[in-house]
Order: sequence, then C-alpha cells, then structure tokens
Amino acid sequence: MTATSTYITLDYTELALAALLLVLNAGLSIWLRLAMERQFLIAAARMCVQLGLVGLVLKTLFELVSPGLTALAVLVMILFAGREVMGRQERRFRGWWAYGLGTSSVLFAGTLVTLFALATQIQPDPWYHPRYAIPLLGMILGNTMTGIAVGLNTLTSQIKRERPAIETMLALGETRGSAFRPLVRTAVRNGLIPIVNAMSAAGVVSLPGMMTGQILSGVDPMEAIKYQILIMFLIAGGTGIGVVTAVHAGARRLSDARHRLRLDRLADS
Amino acid sequence: MLNVRALTRPGLEPLDFDLADGEALAVLGPSGSGKTLLLRAIADLDPNEGQVSLDGASRESMPAPAWRRQVTYLPAEPGWWSDRVADHFPQPELGRALFPRLMLPAPMMERPVAELSTGERHRIALARVLVQAPKVLLLDEPTSGLDQGSTRAVEALLRERIGAGDSLLFATHDEELATRLGDRQLRVRKGRVEVVEP
Repeated sequence: MTATSTYITLDYTELALAALLLVLNAGLSIWLRLAMERQFLIAAARMCVQLGLVGLVLKTLFELVSPGLTALAVLVMILFAGREVMGRQERRFRGWWAYGLGTSSVLFAGTLVTLFALATQIQPDPWYHPRYAIPLLGMILGNTMTGIAVGLNTLTSQIKRERPAIETMLALGETRGSAFRPLVRTAVRNGLIPIVNAMSAAGVVSLPGMMTGQILSGVDPMEAIKYQILIMFLIAGGTGIGVVTAVHAGARRLSDARHRLRLDRLADS
Repeated sequence: MLNVRALTRPGLEPLDFDLADGEALAVLGPSGSGKTLLLRAIADLDPNEGQVSLDGASRESMPAPAWRRQVTYLPAEPGWWSDRVADHFPQPELGRALFPRLMLPAPMMERPVAELSTGERHRIALARVLVQAPKVLLLDEPTSGLDQGSTRAVEALLRERIGAGDSLLFATHDEELATRLGDRQLRVRKGRVEVVEP
C-alpha cells in the first residue's frame, strides 16, 4: 500500500469539540420535549466505553500477535454474532437449535471466507496476524450474520403460512426437498438481497466505510477501492455460503427422515 | 389390502383394522375427535407408532414418499403452491381429462387458484390425487362445501375407483354419505376408534 504521510491524528480536545454536537442534540430534545436527552447521553457514553475497550483489546492483540489470543477473540466475535442471529428471530427453534443453527452457520461461512482471504489475497506474516484477521472477520461476520438472520427469519416466519401447501405436496408423495423448495428459495433470496443492494449502491448512494477510512488515513483512492472491492467480494461470498447453509439446515430440521413437516420443532411465538 | 396394527399417536388410542381391496370405510365422529389424526397417521404425516402395511409391504420398507404415492391423504383444506391450477399437475392433460367427471369445465385448468370457489378447489385437489392413481385413498371430508350435484359426481367417481379395486378411507360428518358409500364404519370418539360392522 502507498500510504502517504497525510494522516491527521485526532486528540481528545478535538473529540470533545465534536461532542458539543451531542449537547446540541440533547438541547433540541429538551426544547422539543422529545424526552430523548437521557437516551442520547447514555448511548453516546456506551459507545465511548465500548469502543475504548475494543481499542485496548485490539492494541494488546496487535502487540502480542498470539495465535491463542487471536483465536479467542475470533470465538467471542462468532458467539456474539450467533446471539444476534437468534435475537432477530420472531419464531425460534426449540432447544439448543435456537442458538446453534445460526451460530454454526456464521462460524462456518465466516471462518471459511476469512481463511480464504488470508491464504490467497492478503497473505500477512504470520497468516493469523490479528491486525488483518480480526478486521476482515469482523466485516465478513457483520454482513453474513445479517443475511443468515433474514434468511432464517423468512423460513421460520413463513412456514406456518406455507404449511398447507407443503403438507399437500408431502401427502402427494413429494420429497421434503421438493416440498420445501419454494420456501427455501424465498428465504435464501431474502437473505441475499441486502448484499446485492449494498454492492449496487456502493460508491453511488453510499461511500463504503472501509474505503472511506483508508482514504482518511492517507491511502491513494485507487488503492482504497481495490481493498473495498475485495471486501465486498468476500462479504458476498460469506453471506451466500452462510445463508444457503443456514436455510438448508433449518429446512432439514423442520422435516424428518420420513419426510414429515415438523413444526413441533419450532417454539411457539 | 391395507393392514393397520396397534396404530397410535398422541390423541389416538391404539387400533387395529384391515381395509380390503375394493372396500370403502367411513370414519365418523364429532369435530376434534381424531378423524384427521387417524388419516394423517396412516399416511405417516405425523410421528406415530404401529405397523401399517399395504399388500404385505410395511411402510418402513420403503421411503415415505413412495408410501404416500400409494396411500394418499387429501386434507380437508388442501394447499396450493403456485398461482395457476395447471402448475399443480405434473401432466395437466391427465387432470383435464378428469375435470368433466367432477363437473369442472376443462378451461379451469388455466385459471388462477385464487379465483376459484372452495368447492371448485376441493374437486381440483381430488383430481390431483386421482391422477396419481393411489391404491388407497385417505380423504378428509371429500364432499364438504359441495352442492348436491357435485357431491353425486364425486361419489360416482369414487365408486368407480372402488369398483376397480382401490380402497377408500374417508372422514365425514355426513351420516348418509357414510351409509351410501361406506361398506363399514369407524366411529371415533375422543381418540378411541371402534369398528362398526354393518
């Protein structure tokens, strides 16, 4: 990368100046009686603490470059992503599946694509260097998680509506694969729409965050967009693999070896 | 010959009965008594226990879809998975040939399902089952929502199938239909089934 020395360091007084905008928001809230001033201040304080902690963790990880600690951070990120997938479901699977299905799909797709990028495109030394592995995984996880959450939610929330159609097909002797196919297709499609939209809008409607960040830190724009395109491809790949895995595993769980529809495996909403 | 031995599932006490080739059995009982549970259990659509076999071949000896192609259940409210009627038939011409027998106009095959009445949909769903020529028909309320003419047409077509050696098990609230079409009756009461010989 050809980073020039135009990077402008922020100091804390400058941040404090920007925080005046928040005070302005709180003032507006009081003036307009929105009753949001407390929420604003708490959310802002939370953000500062959370990012501060993440900064400390990342700084430590980057200094130590330990495979064990990096793996631990990766695990924590995946477990949080899995929890987020579960949290976004209107109807959950019963038992361990509620958490396990989303988490294992995130784990599978996220690590597969991150390892692919580390092994072929980025090739840091050592390959597990957290300065590359963690931001890459983070960007891939965030999007994969959203896709999986949307896909699974479509599957489980629409299966009740589609029940008569699926059961009639099964009763006529269709396999579970073909009886579930229309619903599985809708669910996968819904899960993939956000990433297609993100790619279509990139650069026109929105300037992607990673590229913007690189430009602000002095990287040549043509270099920054190369990185951004790589990331988009990785995200699209991770989302595709994750959504297809999760939705197919979900459809399998909602049926059994005797090709029955098993709505009893979904918790009551 | 369909043999049912110790068939049970939640909401249904164990029961045994045989259904011979060319025989029709009416399943009678109040709403919620377990008629649908019984038909679904025979088709293996819900988890259940017991031995069910057709001409000596048990359900477990074949994949469930193969079993259901021979022992086919038609729900009281059949589902639809596409807009057009024809999309539900693997070979629409086979269905079209059956339509007049069910007092349905042949061009109905091209209509959207959403535009049809309950009775029309019900008869189309029956045609969809009959084109696969199952050996055992498990029909849930085959004539509910039908006018007298359509009921007679459905009845005549079912009689023809029975005459050809197929077996029929049908759940109904209609005592008269049960007597007219059924050789024997299964009376269901709170999940207990009793075989009533004529």
